[in-house]
Amino acid sequence: MATLKQLRRRIRSIKNTQQITKAMEMVAAAKLRRAQGRALASRPYAQKTSEMLQSLAAAAATLSHPLFEQRPVETTSLVVVASDKGLCGSFNMNVFRQLERQFEAEARRGVSLYPVGRRANLYFGKRDWTIDGKVPQLGDQLDFEKARLLALELTNAFIAGKTDKVQLMYTKFRTVASREVVIEDLLPIVPREDAEGAVAGYIFEPSPERIFDTLLPRYVQNRVLQAMAESIASEHAARMLAMGAATKNAKEVLGNLSLQANRMRQAAITKEILDIVGGAEALK
Amino acid sequence: MAATFHLSVITPTRTLLDEEVTSIVVPGSEGYLGVLAHHAPLIAALAPGKLTVKTEGGQTHVYALSGGFLEVSNNKAILLADAMETLEEIDVERAKKAAERARKRIDEGGKLWDVPRASEALNRALNRIHVHGGR
Repeated sequence: MATLKQLRRRIRSIKNTQQITKAMEMVAAAKLRRAQGRALASRPYAQKTSEMLQSLAAAAATLSHPLFEQRPVETTSLVVVASDKGLCGSFNMNVFRQLERQFEAEARRGVSLYPVGRRANLYFGKRDWTIDGKVPQLGDQLDFEKARLLALELTNAFIAGKTDKVQLMYTKFRTVASREVVIEDLLPIVPREDAEGAVAGYIFEPSPERIFDTLLPRYVQNRVLQAMAESIASEHAARMLAMGAATKNAKEVLGNLSLQANRMRQAAITKEILDIVGGAEALK
Repeated sequence: MAATFHLSVITPTRTLLDEEVTSIVVPGSEGYLGVLAHHAPLIAALAPGKLTVKTEGGQTHVYALSGGFLEVSNNKAILLADAMETLEEIDVERAKKAAERARKRIDEGGKLWDVPRASEALNRALNRIHVHGGR
């Protein structure tokens, strides 16, 4: 049984922890609002870009571009987006576990990773994975430049034939309370077969080749950027929930501990009174 | 009343316009081109320049566009802009600084800086200044 002094010390320490988790919750909530706005605002652009790409690909079917080239898949590159910081519940582990489930020991041979974010780099750096490139820090703000450089690296690797398939793995933001780890194909770009509503006879200004040359890099960049934006929004949501739960837990533990402490204090007082009363009784 | 078509202007950070318009003039990469209602299907790459939009009500609005793409089909126009500002939003001071920085980088040359990127940046900055001043 702990002494009263020990109990009081624990209460103090838990109170401190609670203050920290509460502050983190509020900071995460504020950051979430911005990150969420950013991720949602860029969704229409990402979607329209890919729609435009689809109609372009359908309308100019004869056109070939290295990024459309489908090869038998021997090596896959996988961009894994996680967070820089911990203390966000199971956010990072969800990504890592899903990845490990997806690629069991055997299937790992043809896979190389591009970890994005400090946590992803820490985790995969120590394990049995091939790592081809990385973004060590995601940063607090969504960084267009990082997305651009990573997209460039991926595109070059694909065109050079170092990889036959590029996938993006990240946590997609759904609502504050729910998010989902997704894996999406990035390269090669596969034009949809059904291409409904595709209009034949587009006028291209300038040539389709030139439009492809400018649209494709932007498309790849944008997909990478969007993945980062979704992941950052999800991270803040996850941290906010985790810290909220931690604060609540701390409150519960504090309740139990102070009850215990009060009981002990009361017991000590009672004992003292009994001593005094006993002593007075004996003097009579 | 002139025939109208639907225009959406979408940038990576927001949806800037989503309305019925009677005409637009966009800076194509090979020169300005105009689009009216019932235009033939078109996909165009855009350069930095001035975007002029005539709305249903007959007003004319001018925007500074930093390049992008335009798709027209089924009487709908979708403009994917890299960045776009209204006249009020243009930060001339910032654009002047950006232009100066880009010029310096171009002068210092290819060893230190990515010159094609710097000249693109210069174009964008000059366009902003131009659109803002040339009302």
